[in-house]
Parts: sequence; structure tokens; C-alpha cells
Amino acid sequence: MAREVAALGALILLAGCVADAPPRSASATPASSSERIVEPWKTDPFPSTYHAYPGVPTLITNVTIYDGEGGRIDGGSLLLADGKVQAVGRNISAPAGAIVIDGTGKWVTPGVIDVHSHLGDYPSPSVKALSDGNEATSPTTPEVWAEHSVWPQDPGFSRALMNGGVTTLQILPGSANLMGGRSVIVKNVYARTTQGMKFPGAPYGFKMACGENPKRVYGDKGREPSTRMGNIAVDRETWQQAVEYKRRWDKYEKDGGDPPSRSLAMDTLAGVLDGKILVHNHCYRADEMANVIDMSKEFGYHVTAFHHGVEAYKIADLLKANDICAVVWADWFGFKMESYDAIPENLAILQKTGTCAMIHSDDPNGIQRLNQEVAKAQAAGRRAGIMIPDEVAWEWLSINPAKALGLADRIGSLKPGKNADVVLWNGNPLSVYTRPDRVWIDGALMYDAHDPKRRPVSDFELGQPGEGDVK
Amino acid sequence: MKRLLLVAALLCGTAHADTIAITGGTIAIGDGSQPIPNGIVVIRDGRVVAAGANVAVPAGAQVIDAHGKWVAAGIVAGFSSEGIVDGEGIEETYDGAAGKSVFNAAIDVSTSINPTNQSIAVDRTWGVTRAVVSPEAGNSVFAGQGAVIDTGADDTPVSKARAFQYVELGEDGANRVGSRPAAYVMLHDALAAAKSATHQGGDTKNALITRVDAAALLPVVEGRMPLVVHVERASDILQVLSLKQAYPGLRLVLLGAAEGWMVAPRIAAAHVPVIAGALADLPEAFERTAATESNVGRMEKAGVTVAISTVDVSTEGGQRNLRQYAGNLVGIARVPGMTGLDWGTAFATISSRPAAILGLDNEIGSLRPGRRADVVIWDGDPLELSSAPVAVWIDGVAQPMTSRQTRLRDRYLNPQEGALPKAYEH
Repeated sequence: MAREVAALGALILLAGCVADAPPRSASATPASSSERIVEPWKTDPFPSTYHAYPGVPTLITNVTIYDGEGGRIDGGSLLLADGKVQAVGRNISAPAGAIVIDGTGKWVTPGVIDVHSHLGDYPSPSVKALSDGNEATSPTTPEVWAEHSVWPQDPGFSRALMNGGVTTLQILPGSANLMGGRSVIVKNVYARTTQGMKFPGAPYGFKMACGENPKRVYGDKGREPSTRMGNIAVDRETWQQAVEYKRRWDKYEKDGGDPPSRSLAMDTLAGVLDGKILVHNHCYRADEMANVIDMSKEFGYHVTAFHHGVEAYKIADLLKANDICAVVWADWFGFKMESYDAIPENLAILQKTGTCAMIHSDDPNGIQRLNQEVAKAQAAGRRAGIMIPDEVAWEWLSINPAKALGLADRIGSLKPGKNADVVLWNGNPLSVYTRPDRVWIDGALMYDAHDPKRRPVSDFELGQPGEGDVK
Repeated sequence: MKRLLLVAALLCGTAHADTIAITGGTIAIGDGSQPIPNGIVVIRDGRVVAAGANVAVPAGAQVIDAHGKWVAAGIVAGFSSEGIVDGEGIEETYDGAAGKSVFNAAIDVSTSINPTNQSIAVDRTWGVTRAVVSPEAGNSVFAGQGAVIDTGADDTPVSKARAFQYVELGEDGANRVGSRPAAYVMLHDALAAAKSATHQGGDTKNALITRVDAAALLPVVEGRMPLVVHVERASDILQVLSLKQAYPGLRLVLLGAAEGWMVAPRIAAAHVPVIAGALADLPEAFERTAATESNVGRMEKAGVTVAISTVDVSTEGGQRNLRQYAGNLVGIARVPGMTGLDWGTAFATISSRPAAILGLDNEIGSLRPGRRADVVIWDGDPLELSSAPVAVWIDGVAQPMTSRQTRLRDRYLNPQEGALPKAYEH
């Protein structure tokens, strides 16, 4: 997705500036104070310290494989080694020293990716002291970063791994604010620090929200925005500042002189205008998504994905034409006014139209069953005459979310060379009766249903009754 | 519904006189038994006549072929807000908690059921034929009296009004009135007032509870109305079980009980049934630190009568997802170290069990003879994600299989507008 971000208005706006600069990963060295500051939104002051855990070359045989990009192999084999997928096919021989797992009756898929989670910033237990998801003191807080709220000991991470096969997740700020702040993409691996979970080199996301939540939160405080028109007005005022901020920095890059004063809030927005930070916009209603699309063109940025797009099916063609992904639930509906028109065929209609679509959870329970949510959405489509094969429906959990995170070159499918994020399921993963049997992240076995030592227990649960879900 | 049907049958004589035989399907009776392949279900006059393998098709019956399909008891939602709100966040429509009211225990939720509510219509098409509906607590530990409803497309939704009293005695109760001990003081004061109202002709002047609230608690103290108590923590569960010493007549039901597995033998010994949160496995509150998906299976194994509900898990998908939760409880039985349920028991937790817990299993919740004919034909295993109902009867009346959702689907199956705006496609 990242490579497409520079399209549209952004190109025009950035012409002659930095559009040709080689992309730098977010894990680049932090700018030290002695260097000349270059595009401060590209600095990486909280670099990932994640490393892949030790793995053993592993060959899984006799399994049904959904490769995550719409491919299916019956009676297939998968070889993992050195943290990467080495080979996928029918006849793969085990290298010396490899563990061989006979997967007869089982399925293999890429690890599940959830692009919308609040694990860590709204963790369990849900107490005030740990409520860190919404900096609801100003309608625009692009300066806050979700990673500074993430509690890496949230017990929810382990449930998502063991029950849901989730290997990568994007943790977002909440939706109280129009501009909620930066997201963080993490490996679903417990670590002592959030840096230890951060996906190395992943682009940042930027959380925005339309609709009921911002206008309710700030309307209740007696301030703008209290209406949908107020939502857009505050957004536009802020984007205009960002355009001017970026113009000052671009001029400085070109002409030198005194560096412009720096704003952390504007850095994030400049990063969006620069195509380096991907916009994830909470937006339920079709008409509001259309307003946001026009606004993005006005200021020269691209919306990567609309999240909670319960009315995406109404404008599937518009989303496709603008190269925007729809991120949706399978069947949540009617829990607020702007979700009143949700239908279970949403994903199927989007798929039929050729729109980039995917599932998401936004929920510490739902993240444990995203495979089941896909199964429901697929079945709803079938009954509406939209036939989507299992292996294609699985794209809603794999390559499509990988694209939306700007990580499709590394995760989201079982192509050789990609990260070995793999789930071995104990049956058909689109059945309600199926659970993960084993989960690998970067080739390391991080969950094994048969080995109590291969399941994580968070610090919080250690020494508490039961110590986690499997007691 | 029942009364209306009787009246209608008497007046018209023919309204539900037809006998229907549904043949060849896999039968899920709902009483905890395992599915029966190639069975027959016979319904007449709004009631089940017979269901099983060796059932004769009565002469003159309308025969419906269900080969390759499943024929199951309608799902009973164990604890819900069906029909009392048009959307959780749409506060103008919300009849759940009455924080502004001076009344609590006397609140009778059956007076607010709207049978044209869209949640009811949607869940009906997904095989949910009855629902336990409860108010939520406002500024008291007492929420009021819940009802059991049917989801039929008619104007008589209430199957049983004042089916139970609902009370909060865990963290939710403590947050409403100050602390757990304060919640118990309020409970004892109110029950004492109720008893005193019984013995002394309604004298409640020394209690903080109103006269009508005390009167509403009379049937609770006397054991004529179940008291559904929401608690999660093991210690809270034991505290609630001990209430029976002071009030031997209480018909206790536990709701939630995330830590029930820790004290399951005690719950079983007290013969107190549980409407549990199905898959609640997160320590989302300190009172649920020991939450596990195995909770339901372990309580069942210990001999507790368990139903499941959407309590403590996501409710945004509606009560129709209860079948998914029940299916998961079957699935986890295969996971080492976890305890689940067999299929028949899992299906019972969303059919006969909630009915039995409220003393209604002679009327609803299964396809046993004499029960109301709440019957669903599914195109596959009702607990499986790929399955959906193809026909639904409630009280023997065939129900519409459309809802506002199916209408929106049909309108937008092709999102592009035609010659006229979408508003003209209907």
C-alpha cells in the first residue's frame, strides 16, 4: 500500500520536494542533535528491539494450505527455516535436522493479522489506571503515539495468539478524537518493553475518526466539534496547518537557513502528506467516507483504509476507484446509530466489486475468533449468490491486512522468503470447531497446544488463580 | 402469545389446526440429547406432538422434506436486551436501566418490549425464537423484573412477564451503591421489607425501599420468582450461595460466574443454576481474574446446570451469535487442557437450559412433546458458521425470513445506482 500512497494529490503537492527521496524505514537511526535535521517526521526515536526467537527447521506435511493470497494446496507441505518460509508445495523433502510434523487432517495458513486492536492501550483488567487509549482532551492529537500507551503485559495478547492464531496486530488510539494519533504495529510476542514487540521497519499508521464519537465527546464538553460539519471543519483547519508546516520544512530542505520550529503534531501530519504514514480512518457511514475522500484530495493525502466501514457495501465502487481498503466486522450491527445499516454481506459485496476488503476485531474477544468471523461473512455471501472460495476468503485475514499495514512484502502469505508467521489449525479454520494447534512467529514456535510450556502467561496473571486461560 | 393463540384457536378453530410433519432431517431436540439423523418432527396447534427417529407421520399432515437439513429447537437467548433498545448507543431508545427512577425492583421490563424492534427481526431470521430479557440496574442493586419473550412477527411478544428479579452483587453492584457490603445491606433491607410487608400488611415505613418495590420482592422471598444474581468472583459466588441460610425460599440463579469453576462443586451442591458468559476468558475485571473458556465445561462436569449468554463477551453481533459460542464450547473439548461440552449439551445451553433455569422448560426450549412449536430448519449443523436457517416457526406459526438487513442487502447487492436513486429500489 505504501508505494501507492504517493498517488493522487500527494504527487502534485510534493512535486519538486522529497518525492524522489529513497524511502527510509522507520527503524532508521534516530537523528542526533548534532546532525542537520532532515524531515523530522522520518526520525525513529523509539526503535524496535524485537528479534526473532530461536526456531528449528520445520517441515509440516499432509496439510491443506491456504497460502494467504488466494492459493490452495491440498495434501501440501510447508518448510520453515531461518525465520522464513522456505518452500510450499506438494513434495518437499525435510532437510537434515528438521522437525517433521504430520499434519494429516489439519490446515496451515499464514498468521492472522488484525489491523484494528486496542490490546495494550485498553488492556485487561479494564480499570481506570490502565485506560490509555484516548487522549480525549483535544479533538486533534496527532502528536500522541499509541506505543506509549501499550502495556506489553496485557493478558489479551496471549488469548489472541492461542485461540485466534494472531501473529501481527496494529494497535490504534481510540476514536474519541478526529485525529487520534499514531498507531503501532507489533508482533504478538510478549516482551519486557513495547519496543520489544514492535514490528521492525513497519510504517506508522495514523488514526482518524469520523462521525458520532468525536462530535459526542467534544460536543459534551461544549466545544467544537459538536456536529458532523464541525468534524470536517476541524479536520480541514488542521490539515491546512500541516500543509503549511510541510511547506516550511520543504523550503528549509531546499534553501537551508534556520530550521523551522518543530511540532510533534505537525510531524505526524507531514508524514501522512509525505506518504510515509498510512491513514486508518474510523468511519461507518457511506456519505461520511465520501466526504473524507474529498477532503483527502483537497489536502493531498491518501486514506489507506476506512475502519468499521459498515456502510462500505453501499459505496464499494467509490472505494475501489479511490484505491481505499474497507476494514469491517462480519456481523456487528445496530449498537449505535451509525451502525444501524450494517449487513452481514458487507465483505462479500466488497469482494464482488473488487474492492480491497478485510476483517478486523476492535475487540479483545473478537480478535480470538477472526477466522470464524470470516467464515460467517463468506457464508452470508454464498447465500446472496456471491461464491468466494475458502482460500480467497482467507485473504481477508492475511494479504489484504498486510497491504493495509504496508507490510505485504514481509507478511500476509506463505510465499518463500516471507516471514514464517504460520498457524497449524487442528481442522478446517473456517469451522467453529477448529482451534490453533501450533503458531510460529518468524519461524519460532510461540504456541503449542500440546506443550504447556509453549504458551505465554502474562506477568499480570502469574500467581493469580489459574495463571491464564489454559489451567 | 400462548393466551392469544388459545383465544384465536377457540374463535377461529382453524388458525393452527394444521398438522405439519418435517421429515428426513437431523433432529436437535435441545434437551441435551445428541442429534438424531433422519428423524421426524410433528407439530400441531402450535405445539410439538413428537420429535425423533420413530415418529409416524399423521394422516393428512402437511409434509415438509428436510433431508440434508437439520431440524432444531428454536434458540433461547439466555440473557439479553432484546426489544427494549433500538441500538445500545442510541440512548433515546434505551429502556434498560432507569437511573432517573425512584423505583427499582418493581420495574417490569415486559411493559417496554417492542416486537417490531430490528434486533428481534434479525435474530428471528437466525433461529432465535425466545429471549430472556432483563432490565439493567440503575442506582440500586435491584434492576427489576425481567421477562421471557418470543421473537414472533406479531404483536404479543411476552411469553412470561415478571419471570425473575435481577440483582447486581459484584463489582457492578458495588459501583452503583458504594461497595459490596453496602450492596448487601441494601439487599437485606429490601428483603426484610418484603417479608415484613407479607407479615404485617405492607409496613415498609422503616425501609429505604418503596412500597411497590418491596411488594415486587415478595415472590422472590417466597420462592415464587427466581432471583438472578450477577456475580463473577468465586468469593462473591459463595457469598450469594450463603444467602439461602437467611432466606431458605430463594430460588437463586447465578449470572456471569466467570470464576464459577473454582467453586463449582459448591454451586452444584446448592442446586443453583448458572447463566454463564459463554467464552469470557479475559481477566477484564479483577473479579474475573480466573476467567477461562473452560468455565462452562468445568461447571457442567461438576454437576451444575449451565446455560450460556452473551454476558461478558461482545454483544454487537446480536443474540444470533449464541450458536457460535456454543459451537466453540464443542470445539475446545479437543484442545489439550481445556474442558468443553458435547454437542447435545452445548445446544441445550442455548435452548432448554435457559428455559429450565427460569422454570419454563415444560413450555419452551426443546422439541419434547407438548412444548410450544418453536422449530427451525437449518441448512446444516446449527452450531456451524456456514449454516443458516431456511424456515422458522414460533408457536407453530411460520415466520418471515426477511428483515431490514435482507432488504438492504437486496438493494445494494449491486452498489451502483440505476436509472433512479436507490430509494426507488424496494
